[in-house]
Amino acid sequence: MKKRTLITAAAIAALGASSLVSTQAMAAQEQFFPMLVYRTGAYAPNGIPFANGMHDYYKLVNARGGINGVKLVVEECETGYATDRGVECYDRLKGKNGGATVFQPLSTGITFALTEKAPGDKIPLITSGYGRSESADGGVFKWNFPLAGTYWTGADVLVQHVAKTLGGMDKLKGKRIALVYHDSPYGKEPIPLLQERSAELGFKLDLLPVSHPGVEQKATWLQVRRNRPDYVFLWGWGVMNSTSIKEAVATGYPREKIYGVWWSGAEPDVKDVGAGAKGYQALAMQHSTGFDAPVVKEILQKVHGKGQGTGPKDEVGQVLYMRGLIAGMFAVEGVRAAQERFGKGKHVTGAQARWGYENLNLTQPKLDALGFKGVVRPLSTSCQDHMGSSHARIQTWDGKTWKITSDWYEADESVLKPMVKAAADKYAASKKLQRRTPADCQS
Amino acid sequence: MFYRENGQFKTSYQSDQQIFPITQDRLGVLAIIAFAFIGVPMIFDEYMMRAILIPFLILSLAALGVNILVGYCGQISLGSGAFMAVGAYAAYNTFVRIDGMPLIVALLSGGFFATLVGIVFGIPSLRVRGLYLSVATLAAQFFCDWAFLRIKWFTGDTASGSVAVSNLQVFGLPVETPVQKYIFCLAVLVVFGLLAKNLVRSAIGREWMAIRDMDVAASVIGIQPMYAKLSAFAVSSFIVGVAGALWGFVHLGSWEPAAFGVERSFQLLFMVILGGMGSIMGSFFGAAFIVILPIFLNQFLPAVGGLVGLEISTAAVSHAEFMIFGALIVWFLIVEPHGLARLWSVGKQKLRIWPFPH
Repeated sequence: MKKRTLITAAAIAALGASSLVSTQAMAAQEQFFPMLVYRTGAYAPNGIPFANGMHDYYKLVNARGGINGVKLVVEECETGYATDRGVECYDRLKGKNGGATVFQPLSTGITFALTEKAPGDKIPLITSGYGRSESADGGVFKWNFPLAGTYWTGADVLVQHVAKTLGGMDKLKGKRIALVYHDSPYGKEPIPLLQERSAELGFKLDLLPVSHPGVEQKATWLQVRRNRPDYVFLWGWGVMNSTSIKEAVATGYPREKIYGVWWSGAEPDVKDVGAGAKGYQALAMQHSTGFDAPVVKEILQKVHGKGQGTGPKDEVGQVLYMRGLIAGMFAVEGVRAAQERFGKGKHVTGAQARWGYENLNLTQPKLDALGFKGVVRPLSTSCQDHMGSSHARIQTWDGKTWKITSDWYEADESVLKPMVKAAADKYAASKKLQRRTPADCQS
Repeated sequence: MFYRENGQFKTSYQSDQQIFPITQDRLGVLAIIAFAFIGVPMIFDEYMMRAILIPFLILSLAALGVNILVGYCGQISLGSGAFMAVGAYAAYNTFVRIDGMPLIVALLSGGFFATLVGIVFGIPSLRVRGLYLSVATLAAQFFCDWAFLRIKWFTGDTASGSVAVSNLQVFGLPVETPVQKYIFCLAVLVVFGLLAKNLVRSAIGREWMAIRDMDVAASVIGIQPMYAKLSAFAVSSFIVGVAGALWGFVHLGSWEPAAFGVERSFQLLFMVILGGMGSIMGSFFGAAFIVILPIFLNQFLPAVGGLVGLEISTAAVSHAEFMIFGALIVWFLIVEPHGLARLWSVGKQKLRIWPFPH
């Protein structure tokens, strides 16, 4: 009897304490940033550093004093890269803590599903470097923000880089490029652009799908060996990347001829193969590793230094960690921009944050102040352009670390623009949507 | 004491043959249905509707279809995910390619095409059975995965193979908000549940069960194995196909073939085994167990951890969810090999004689 009373008392005390904490927290201004993460499953090796980077950045913003005093509240939800669990997480988190500011699904499949739901809930989606390529067209996709790059820009930069190493766009004629891709919406996204480019420039395109999760690729690489393509573009994620590179080593395909997309160019992808992967090149979406970046040093000092780091310390500054960091920065800076208009130091709603993402203007001085010098190029979005920048570089794995080995490239607007517009119009027609009017752009 | 049929005399064949011959059962089920239609939308919030109840209803429908094949006719199938995919994509194509196609007709056409595919892949059941048949039906799964990934026509020539529908309406009423979607799914489930219950009580249902219990003996007493097996495949695939179409149209809104992968087939089979083979009620229990329990664990564990001042990481919660879920499956299978439905009927039996158990 006594024991039970004690337990009850303890439970009541705990409840009281927790409600006290929450009421106190509610008194200050708060901004809720939900995180869809995958720390388990076949894609966890890549999902974990990304999530850690994003989470650490949110912690850093709080350590810096929040967004003009507004503290960030963060909650993670595990999706396992599965679309249905991702949708469940979205529904679970969107109404919590005063309403979600923005969602970053980190999965093209979940992005497709949420693209249908977000407009109804008035919550913007940031899909930095992934998601629907045509969503760069803000005139149709009001709530999607593929900031700093889409798969089409990535594929275009790869084609440009290959042409440059050959000595000109016309040299691509008669060459053979194989696309080894993850057989999902993610891997299929670059195909229309590569087909367009192959028709225009006269190279032959082999499409070699690898089924989820990508640990079985013997047949694919036998085809590579038989067809002997001049170049292989790798569009993998998670375990698929390291398996691909191992298979390339096994079949003796030169690693120097393999180019990965930015999701195939991180430490977990090549570290198991180590020196065998030397010479493998991949896109660097704006950045590569960032061990020397000021923001990383600040995180090591203010977050990891206080024992609050989300992941292991030595991973801070790795490619995917940096990408998580940058995605977090975009999410926060959009809110800061929205605060400029809707009231500094105040909570903004999802719809107001959307305005912020649409009017993002990250100039060099602003980026320097945030500690992103040399990590991100200046980027600005508008009502029509939800991407902001399509710059990318090539990085090479030297056996131990990733090194930037090329100049900046920019995706060819003359090819991309009509494709994006046509695809967005097709989407709008199938949904019976009207293009946004100039008046709508002001809202 | 409260639950006994003493004194309820049947004076006509009709009253003897009704679905729930016991008055308490009948009233109870009617009350549950009424509550589901009226009470649930008032009590539960949007999250419960969208993330838990709608998937539960749709997967119950799919499990019902699989139960007809596996539980009633004894044909183990691992192709249910494929039939769901056929239903979803066939419904999508009819809905998008034909202007002004009503939603219900599109859903039923999904079921119709799933039936055709189901019959084709049911043909091996005439020669092989048991585990061998399950391997043969696995072919359906791989074939459909391949077809929807590779044949662009099925996916509306979209670049990524992901398709989406919107502006759903039935008889002019929109199916957009969670409550509308929930009511729509519930209505479909009630109709199909009633149909299935009546089918398994009828002559054809008895044929299925005869085939399940011993197919040689069944054919000796004049049941055609071909007709019985293929009709089970047809009915099952139809229901599963409609469920697949609902899953795509109503639950996801936008989907890719991975939504109907081989994991889905296994999931549906486990629902039937855990819920109770050869029981309509079991399909609902199985679906509830498989759909709701992982999500419940995923939210319950951090809450419990928070109560004792422990912060559990997202990854740890996810791992714990898998472990506890797996352990519970094993535990239930040991305690009650005939599924949750059997537990239910044991409970009813106990209630009947309560409070005098002898």
